[in-house]
Amino acid sequence: MTDKKTLFIDGKEVEFTDEPNLLEVIRKAGMNVPTFCYRPDLTSFGACRMCVVEVEGRGIQSSCTMPPEAGLKIHLNTEKTRRIRRTVLELLLANHDKKCLTCEKNGSCELQQYAEEYGITNIRFPDKALEDYLPVDDSSPSIVRDPNKCILCGACVRACTEFQGHSVLGFANRGAKTVVQPMNGRPLGQVDCVNCGQCVAVCPTGALTIKDDTEKVWAEITNPEKTVVVQMAPATRVALGEMFGLKPGINAIGLMNAALRKIGFNLVFDTNFSADLTIMEEATEFLERLKSGKNLPLFTSCCPAWIKYLETQHPEMLNHLSSCKSPMSMMSPVLVDLVPKYFNVKRENLVIVGVMPCTAKKYECKRPELARDGRPDTDYVITTKELGKMIRSAGIDFNALEPEDHDSPFGEYSGAGTIFGASGGVAEAAVRTAYEFATGEVLNDVDIKQMRGTSNRSKTVSLDIKGTKVVVRVVSTLVEAEKALQEIKSGKADFQMLEVMACPGGCINGGGQPTSCDDSKIKQERAEGLYKEDSELPVRKSHMNPSIQKLYQEYLEHPGSHKAHELLHTVYTDKFAGSYKDV
Amino acid sequence: MSSTNSHKIDTTKLDEIINSYGGKKSNLIAILQKVQEVYRYLPEEAMIYIGTKMEGLSPATVYGVATFYAQFSLEPKGKYEIKVCDGTACHVRGSMPVLNAIKARLDIKDGQLTTDDGLFSLETVSCLGACGLAPVVVINGKVYPQMTSDAIKIVLDTLLKEER
Repeated sequence: MTDKKTLFIDGKEVEFTDEPNLLEVIRKAGMNVPTFCYRPDLTSFGACRMCVVEVEGRGIQSSCTMPPEAGLKIHLNTEKTRRIRRTVLELLLANHDKKCLTCEKNGSCELQQYAEEYGITNIRFPDKALEDYLPVDDSSPSIVRDPNKCILCGACVRACTEFQGHSVLGFANRGAKTVVQPMNGRPLGQVDCVNCGQCVAVCPTGALTIKDDTEKVWAEITNPEKTVVVQMAPATRVALGEMFGLKPGINAIGLMNAALRKIGFNLVFDTNFSADLTIMEEATEFLERLKSGKNLPLFTSCCPAWIKYLETQHPEMLNHLSSCKSPMSMMSPVLVDLVPKYFNVKRENLVIVGVMPCTAKKYECKRPELARDGRPDTDYVITTKELGKMIRSAGIDFNALEPEDHDSPFGEYSGAGTIFGASGGVAEAAVRTAYEFATGEVLNDVDIKQMRGTSNRSKTVSLDIKGTKVVVRVVSTLVEAEKALQEIKSGKADFQMLEVMACPGGCINGGGQPTSCDDSKIKQERAEGLYKEDSELPVRKSHMNPSIQKLYQEYLEHPGSHKAHELLHTVYTDKFAGSYKDV
Repeated sequence: MSSTNSHKIDTTKLDEIINSYGGKKSNLIAILQKVQEVYRYLPEEAMIYIGTKMEGLSPATVYGVATFYAQFSLEPKGKYEIKVCDGTACHVRGSMPVLNAIKARLDIKDGQLTTDDGLFSLETVSCLGACGLAPVVVINGKVYPQMTSDAIKIVLDTLLKEER
């Protein structure tokens, strides 16, 4: 026995510690094997058999399910493992529609990538019969499901179960007839799916993709009559660069502003601005509730997946939800009301586009409660990924752009606005403002580090606001949210505020962000990118944002005013009827 | 899916079944078997109810289990459930003529599970473990050994007479 635990990969001695499986050890050693079904944030499944390695004395093993042991001698690319992988690819391709050119995932598909890498030019097995093709389900505003591209790796099923506790998607039937689908093949748009898009984020092929709205946006941009205004969520700026070779977490807001103008957006604002606005309203609402003791704990209301979850699964708890619209949906009515005044544009020619890390925002923008005079305030939502595509399709050399600033006045933001994109950020931003509102004193140390971090999906932080103890629970994923709800129901909850983001780690890891499911560290790097920007900004509290102060002076009067309620607040309603629980 | 799924489900009965198994998800198959006993199939609402009621399950998961096992039916079964064994022994001793005779006598088309009057449902099973009695037909748990197309017609005629 040696002190150090080591094993041998292709003859090279490699150290390992607490890696859960061989695949992680292989990756840590700077090598790799292909896989479809292994996702570090999900349980190992061992379904696709692509990650097979030859272990001396143990034969062929799937490296994603085999725990590392000292002294193992493993070989990654032997005649046998390569033959197995090639056969797996051939079988998968025989059962696949192979319509790569018209596939949403063309160029970013793992099946395509490995088929190319392994030189699969000839498939020995006959093509799938025409009568075996299943219809494409595009009933959801966020997600398109094409079962003919599914390789049954089960990543989406695990994401839905392990992140959202929801299992909207499940395996059905058996053997060659197996499909992944919602209950009884119901359309995704008609089941209790919360549109979080985590299934899309982990899908290796084009079986689950984001519903593409870029052509609609192009149509508006290329229409000379229209003034197209764009706002982008905090989390998008630290991820977009990844599509152009930048490291995760690099804040590309300047390049993004420049690219958006080049694409043809007329005015470039920033959702960070309205994140500050959200804090003004939400902090005020929180302090009122603390005073009256009613409807505590307060639930944050920025996450559209969380809101739909509450509406369909726990409508009796909607009274806890903050009445604040999400930052995106606060921004749009302000723009609808004020851009015509400030920029001499007619309302009917004004188009508002949100760039979001989130697929559920596509659902949110269509909500009838957020429309006024029969027209939604946010006309379109595109995801970070879709924007990346638009930039490419416009022929823009992203990295060669000169960084530009956003337009004024709805572009200025504080550090509190920017951290909205990470789990814990909304609560931290709210506390910074609530503290000063409540005490009238200046909060010098604004960092609340206990609320930060993407790996711990549930954090309870106890704060002292001048003698008043306030406990905040920060959760990401609906699994953790559900636990918090059960605590409240059983009377065990000791917290007064519950911040929920449905995606693990928060919006930085949203379903619309560039693919990051292969590397658990990317979320943390993106979050750090946001916290870095926060620490560098001169203004780090929402209520100190001069543009926000001006907006209240000139238009909204004060937080919680009648005007503010009209524009920035809403009421979400019981959607239990028609949900699964309504049997 | 057949239109017979439209009736609302008696949730108290389902609760009883779920509770009799401690509401544990590891007992899902047993629970589904009990539900199938009550309804003679698994109504969609029942699967949804079980999926939302029981912890750790979802309607899609329950549906997945129900469609994985051949023993579960998503369509109502007949009052008489006919199982024709088509295991190797039964097959070589002539289970197919027996099956065809049943189809002809009861007017059951390919892919049809239950007769239009809801009296009979017909399915083949892979082996009943009674190869010595091949070919075997089982109707509501009663074993009919060494069947021929003539013999099964007599059995069916008797049942039909009882019904009228």
